[in-house]
Amino acid sequence: MSNTSIPSTASAPDAPAASSDITGVGVSPGRVIGRVARMAPPVEAPDPAEKAAPGRSIDDEYARITDAAAVVQAELTARAETVSGDARDVLEATALMASDPTLAKAAKKLLDDGRSAERAVWEAGTSIAEQFAALGGYMGERAQDVYDVRARLVAALRGVSAPGLPNPGHPYVLVAVDLAPADTATLDPAQVIALVTSDGGPQSHTAILARALGIPAVVAAPQATTLVDGVEVYVDGTRGRVIPDPSDAERADADLAARQSEALVPFDGTGRLSDGHEVALLANIGGVKDAAAAVDANAQGVGLFRTEFLFLGRDTEPSVEEQVSDYRAVFAAFPGKKVVLRTLDAGADKPLAFLTNDDEPNPALGIRGYRTSLEKRQVLVNQLRAIQTAREAENADVWVMAPMIATADEAADFVGLCREAGLPTNGVMIEVPSAALTAAHIFATADFVSLGTNDLTQYTMAADRQLGSLSALNDPWQPAVLQLVQHVGQAGRAAVSTEAGAGSAPGVDGGTATASASAATGKPVGVCGEAAADPALAVVLVGLGVTTLSMTSRAIQAVSTVLRSVTLDEAQTIAAAVVAAPTAADARRIAREHLPILETLGL
Amino acid sequence: MAERQATIASRVGLHARPASLFIDAVNRQPVEVTIAAKGSDDLDASSILSIMSLGAANGDVVTLKAEGEGAEAALEELAQLLETDLDAE
Repeated sequence: MSNTSIPSTASAPDAPAASSDITGVGVSPGRVIGRVARMAPPVEAPDPAEKAAPGRSIDDEYARITDAAAVVQAELTARAETVSGDARDVLEATALMASDPTLAKAAKKLLDDGRSAERAVWEAGTSIAEQFAALGGYMGERAQDVYDVRARLVAALRGVSAPGLPNPGHPYVLVAVDLAPADTATLDPAQVIALVTSDGGPQSHTAILARALGIPAVVAAPQATTLVDGVEVYVDGTRGRVIPDPSDAERADADLAARQSEALVPFDGTGRLSDGHEVALLANIGGVKDAAAAVDANAQGVGLFRTEFLFLGRDTEPSVEEQVSDYRAVFAAFPGKKVVLRTLDAGADKPLAFLTNDDEPNPALGIRGYRTSLEKRQVLVNQLRAIQTAREAENADVWVMAPMIATADEAADFVGLCREAGLPTNGVMIEVPSAALTAAHIFATADFVSLGTNDLTQYTMAADRQLGSLSALNDPWQPAVLQLVQHVGQAGRAAVSTEAGAGSAPGVDGGTATASASAATGKPVGVCGEAAADPALAVVLVGLGVTTLSMTSRAIQAVSTVLRSVTLDEAQTIAAAVVAAPTAADARRIAREHLPILETLGL
Repeated sequence: MAERQATIASRVGLHARPASLFIDAVNRQPVEVTIAAKGSDDLDASSILSIMSLGAANGDVVTLKAEGEGAEAALEELAQLLETDLDAE
C-alpha cells in the first residue's frame, strides 16, 4: 500500500473526557478495543498463628488440601495443553508438584497443632523450596516453581484467583499494577492486545515490553485499579487514555487505527531524512533470538547488544569459550554490518552473585556497569578477550562500549583495555549527566558514544525509573535531558575523528581543537535508549546532532517513516524549539505540531 | 521386597519431562514404589519433588523397590522406562 493513500484527516475522538475515562501516560502507540483481564495480586503469606476454622477437624483440613491440589493440578494440566515445547514441560512438571504426595504429607504433619490448611501448605512449600534453593544450580532454579505452586495452592484454598497472568481464553487487555521481568517473559503476545498499568513509568518493564511487542500501552494510570474483569475498554497508547464501555466513535477509531498501522511503509534498510541525510537505524538486542527479529526488520545492524543474558542467573562467570560461541552466533547474523556490543551491565536491578554486592543502600548509584571492573577487573578483561576472538572469526563490524561511565578517566581506562585486547572501535555509553557534560573530553579517547536515555533521564531528574508516581519526571522529553543530548551532539560534531583526522596530531583534545569541523569529520553519537523508539523524539534527537538511532526492532518502521517526512534543517528547527521549551509537555506538544504525519499514521 | 537397578538414559537426567513421564508410569502401577540414588533414603517414586531432589543425572544408577503382588513386573516396566532416552521422544 502506498504512503499517499492514508486518510489525512484521521484523528482519535477528542470529545471531552467523561468522568469514567482513565488517563495515564501513553508509552506505546496504537488504539484498540478489548476486554479487561486483571493480573491477580501476589498471594500474601497466611499469618503464622492462623488456625483452622472452629469445628473443622484435622481430617477436614487435609481434605481441603487434597481438593485444592486437585484443582491446581487440573488447571495447570489444562494450561500445559495450550502450549508446546519447554513451556509445556515446565507446566506439566509444576502440575505434578501441586498434587505431590511429599508436599501433601509434609503439610498434613503441620496440621497436628491446629494450623489452618493455608498455613500448613505455606510452611511445607517454603521448607521444600528452601531445600531446593540451598542445593543451588538446576535445583535452585526450580525453587521458584515450588514457590509458585505454594502460592497457587493457597489461592485455591482461599477461593481467589491464582496469582500471575490471567488466562481468560480469549485475547484481552492486561490490567496490572506493574509487570515484573518474569511476567513479561511468560506473556503470550497472541493473547495480550494492550497493556494498562496503575503504576510503572515510561521506562518501566511494562513500557519496554509493550514497545517490543508493538502493542498499545498506558502506564501510571491510578484509576486503572477500578477496572474489573470482562469490561470492554478502548485503549489509546498515544494519548494515554483508557475508556470503559466504548462508544461507536471509539469503535470507528479503533478500526481506523488498524488500517493506519497497515499503511506504514516497510523499512528498506537505509535510514534517511527527506533530503537524503542518512541516520542509521539499528536494533537493540539481547541475544540470538532478537537478532533474527532485527534482520527481519531490515535493521542496519545492532546499536545495542546487551550481553547480560549470558551472565544473569549464574553463580560463576561463563567461560571465555562459552562467551565466544554466543557472541559469534550474534555476529554471524550481521555480516558486514555494525554490531555495537555493550560490556556486562550488572548491578542495581541486575545483581550478579560473583560480581556485585547486594547490600548497597542505593544500588542505582552503586557499583554497577563499568564500575564493577574497578575491583574485579578480570571479568571485563575476559569478556573483551572473548569479543575479540569472536570478532576475528566473523565478518561483523564489531564496536564495543562500556555502561555507566562518569568521567573521561574512566572512558580512557576502558578504551585502553579494549585496545590491549585488539579491538578497533571502542566507545562508552553516556548515561550519567557528568559524562554528558564532559563529552568533549571523553571524545579524546572514545571513538564514539551512545546515549542511554533511560538511565540518563533517571539520573538527570533524580527519579527512579521504576516508580510510576514519578513518571512525569522520568520522561526523556524533559528539556534538561534534551539539553544534555544537545551538548553531547555538539561535542560529537566537534570531535576529531581518528580516521578522518589523519593530519592532526594524535592525542589532541578534539573538543576544543576543531570546533568548526563539519559533521563529516565528527565522531558518531548514537542513542540506544527507549527515546529512539519514539518517532517524534527521534526527529528531535537527529536535530540535536545524534547520528544513529537504535531501538526495539518493532519501532524501526514507524521511526523511519516519520524521519522521511522532514529535512535535516527542519529537524534542527524543531529540535531548537523543543529544547527551549519550559516543560516536557510543551516540548512534546511543539514537536507534534511540527510533525502532522504522526496524526496521519496514528502514532 | 523386589528390587531393581536402572541407569538413567535421558540426557537431561531425571528432570522435567522425563520425570513427569516416569511419575505417570509409577501412578499406573498396582504397588507403591520407592526410588533411591547414591546412598539416599528410599523416597516415594510418585513424588516429583522427591525425584528432583535426587538430582539423578544421565548415567547415574538408581534403585527401585516395591512390595506385593505385581512388584517384579512393575519394577521391570519402570526400569525399562528409565533406561530409555525419554527426552528424545
